[in-house]
Amino acid sequence: MYIPKKSDPIRIGFYVCHCGVNIAGTIDVKAVAQYAAKLPNVVVSRDYKYMCSDPGQELIQQDILENRLNRIVVAACSPLLHEHTFRGAISKAGLNPYFFQMVNIREHNSWVHTDKEAATRKAMAQVRAAINRVPLHKPLEVKKAPINPNVLIVGGGIAGIHAALVLANAGKLVYLVEREPTIGGHMAKFDKTFPTLDCAMCVLSPKMSAVDKHPNIRLWTYSEVVKVDGYVGNYRVTVRRKPRYIIEDLCTGCQECVDACVYKKPAFPDDFNLGLGKRKPVYLPFAQAVPPIVIIDPETCIEVKTGKCKKTCVEACGDRKAIDFKQQEELREIQVGTIIVATGFKTFDPHRTPYYGYGVYPNVYTSLEVERLVNSSGPTGGEVVLKNGQKPKKVAIIHCVGSRDENTNRWCSRVCCLYSLKLAHLIHERTEAEIFNFYIDMRSPGKSMEEFYNRIAEEGIQMIRGKVADVFPDPSPEANGRLVVKAEDTLMNRILHVPVDMVVLAVGLEPHPDADDVRRLFNMSCSSEGWFLERHPKLAPVSTPTEGIFLAGCCQGPKDIPDSVAQAGAAAAEAFSLIDRGHIEMEPNTAFVIESECSGCKSCIPLCPYTAISYLPDKKKAYINEALCKGCGTCVGACPSGSIVQNLFEDAEVFSEIEGVLAE
Amino acid sequence: MSETAGKRQVEAGWSPRIVAFFCNWCTYTAADLAGVSRLKYAPNVRVIRLMCSGRVDPQFILEAFARGADGVLVGGCHPNDCHYVEGNYKMLRRARLLRRMLAGMGIEEARFRLEWISAAEGEKVKVVVNEMVEQIRALGPLGLPGRWAEWDREVAELAAKVEREESEVAHG
Repeated sequence: MYIPKKSDPIRIGFYVCHCGVNIAGTIDVKAVAQYAAKLPNVVVSRDYKYMCSDPGQELIQQDILENRLNRIVVAACSPLLHEHTFRGAISKAGLNPYFFQMVNIREHNSWVHTDKEAATRKAMAQVRAAINRVPLHKPLEVKKAPINPNVLIVGGGIAGIHAALVLANAGKLVYLVEREPTIGGHMAKFDKTFPTLDCAMCVLSPKMSAVDKHPNIRLWTYSEVVKVDGYVGNYRVTVRRKPRYIIEDLCTGCQECVDACVYKKPAFPDDFNLGLGKRKPVYLPFAQAVPPIVIIDPETCIEVKTGKCKKTCVEACGDRKAIDFKQQEELREIQVGTIIVATGFKTFDPHRTPYYGYGVYPNVYTSLEVERLVNSSGPTGGEVVLKNGQKPKKVAIIHCVGSRDENTNRWCSRVCCLYSLKLAHLIHERTEAEIFNFYIDMRSPGKSMEEFYNRIAEEGIQMIRGKVADVFPDPSPEANGRLVVKAEDTLMNRILHVPVDMVVLAVGLEPHPDADDVRRLFNMSCSSEGWFLERHPKLAPVSTPTEGIFLAGCCQGPKDIPDSVAQAGAAAAEAFSLIDRGHIEMEPNTAFVIESECSGCKSCIPLCPYTAISYLPDKKKAYINEALCKGCGTCVGACPSGSIVQNLFEDAEVFSEIEGVLAE
Repeated sequence: MSETAGKRQVEAGWSPRIVAFFCNWCTYTAADLAGVSRLKYAPNVRVIRLMCSGRVDPQFILEAFARGADGVLVGGCHPNDCHYVEGNYKMLRRARLLRRMLAGMGIEEARFRLEWISAAEGEKVKVVVNEMVEQIRALGPLGLPGRWAEWDREVAELAAKVEREESEVAHG
């Protein structure tokens, strides 16, 4: 091992990566290496096929030992991808990991430019900036901070539920926050799941009740995260618990209050059944709701609205005294080390595709509504019936509603083809109706999915390749509410008019309309479509740019149930791996004050959003609390006397980079 | 160049040089995304990564011009999205002050640009860079280092003239 002394002359090792042809195809890497070899302090300059590979890293390590290198520059991909890899490699050879600089000649150069000469010249300038800078680097120590082992999971759909159970079973305390009155998410609304056609609730409800009973899970339904402070390992989260008008600990779920409500019959549209059924102002969201606790809807409850109800519900509750009309919203603060965001999706609103007549013709349904119709615990007890109570004889299922369309959403929602096939099977099973599936492409990738497609096709479901242009009422006198689906059959090359009794719109998946607010709350990013952005599409698919915050399920993009569960497991594992390490390593890019140069002007103090800077009245100097500093460097840029220094981004280092990038 | 400071000649093969200061969380990541998406833009921009646009000291911008940059681009997170809460607002204030100063130095407005580019906006990196390159191409080179030599020469000439006059007065 070679440990350089401060007095040792600067000896730089420079390495340029081909990245196969990713870099070498656009940049003359040999010329870059030759250029770097002539720059001051450069002792070794090499090009290599894959710098990030084991032999690539070993090459650097060997050079450090043999050539007593004390600074390393690697020109390759983005530091956001591999800076960590190379810092690790050089520290294995005994060198301080911060005697390193990475030059991004792939994402910022070879991949975005086509002119080889210009790209090579640019690479040389980028390299010169780094070689200028590294002699100024100082050895820094990675700081460690303890990790709070508690985890917050936001969203109680199948992804949130699975992640919660994985972590709780590993002995971690989990807060599961769900904004609806029950967990279960969309999956709880499904009847059967593709491709196995097993009952959704049969597999989901044991997991839901496991969440409720788990000693390591604090389940807060009807609650929303309103504020997130702190950083990885030490997040302070404020959760708003909305008034349920029921004291959760006292309610036994007997529903006597529901029976006793002054409304003798359910009168209000029931959210869980998408308005196809009715509920009372006091209700249980659905039979297997978790927690099995009723809720009072303030919009429809006479007592909450006017205070003039007979309160027969309170009477029925009796000594249990679980109903509390004075309940107020409550803000609770929790401390967690890591957060998993699993806020899911919303289905596309087909009012945006008016040509399909949703909301105009009574027998045009969304796929989710049909999930409730075919469900034996749904509003019709599993009967698929038209609005007039009759069974449909012909049903059209229109694929890609709100998906793969420039006018609505461009992306493929990934589950609609298969759930459409599933619904075709289920509707046929219930009604023996003739079913027409209108599709653009049949997309059935994944394990057992193609087999499922073949199975359903063999059941006699008609598959018509063509996008439906219009749905309109059958003009013939005996139509009796029948609709006509107009589409081009692109395989037969003709226009079809198919009369049907019922139209099912296979609506796509969209980000929640408030995804942008949620993103801000957790300091994440969204893709241009509005799905939460993972740190790296391949290598960090459940991480976010914010350390300690992970993604699971459809909030990251459309997914089926197995993929949501797999991703939730991955997110839980990532969180667990952080927690189990016990501490986090923090970039030492914090700022400090050089006391002898500080004039005590205090201009830096109000600039710090973390109140890390204070004024020492005895010394008349500013002081930065390193533990609170997050390393943004705003105070450094503002200090009029230049007495604040940011590690890794010292003024001199940045100036030398400026000089370097302008060298040509 | 002494008499043509206002309309500097464009050397053959001249192409604008732009120094960009990008914040680590939004704009640098967006530039990475532009790469991953294989978007194509002009090779005239050189990025320097900082943790936050709030770290951009106005001196960095002046230094870049002084060292021969024809344009400077600063990229930060959109308002309300700053990883460090409000570093981008602080940059905005500095930029407004600096812009006045640059105008006083005869540096055209288009040469300094502050843009909010989120991590998802790879496309915006491409558009902004290409637009800026074209605008600066139309303006021609700034050539501040050369102009400074010229200013130094003017000052030296002036000093010599004053000295001559003083000695004439003394001897006259």
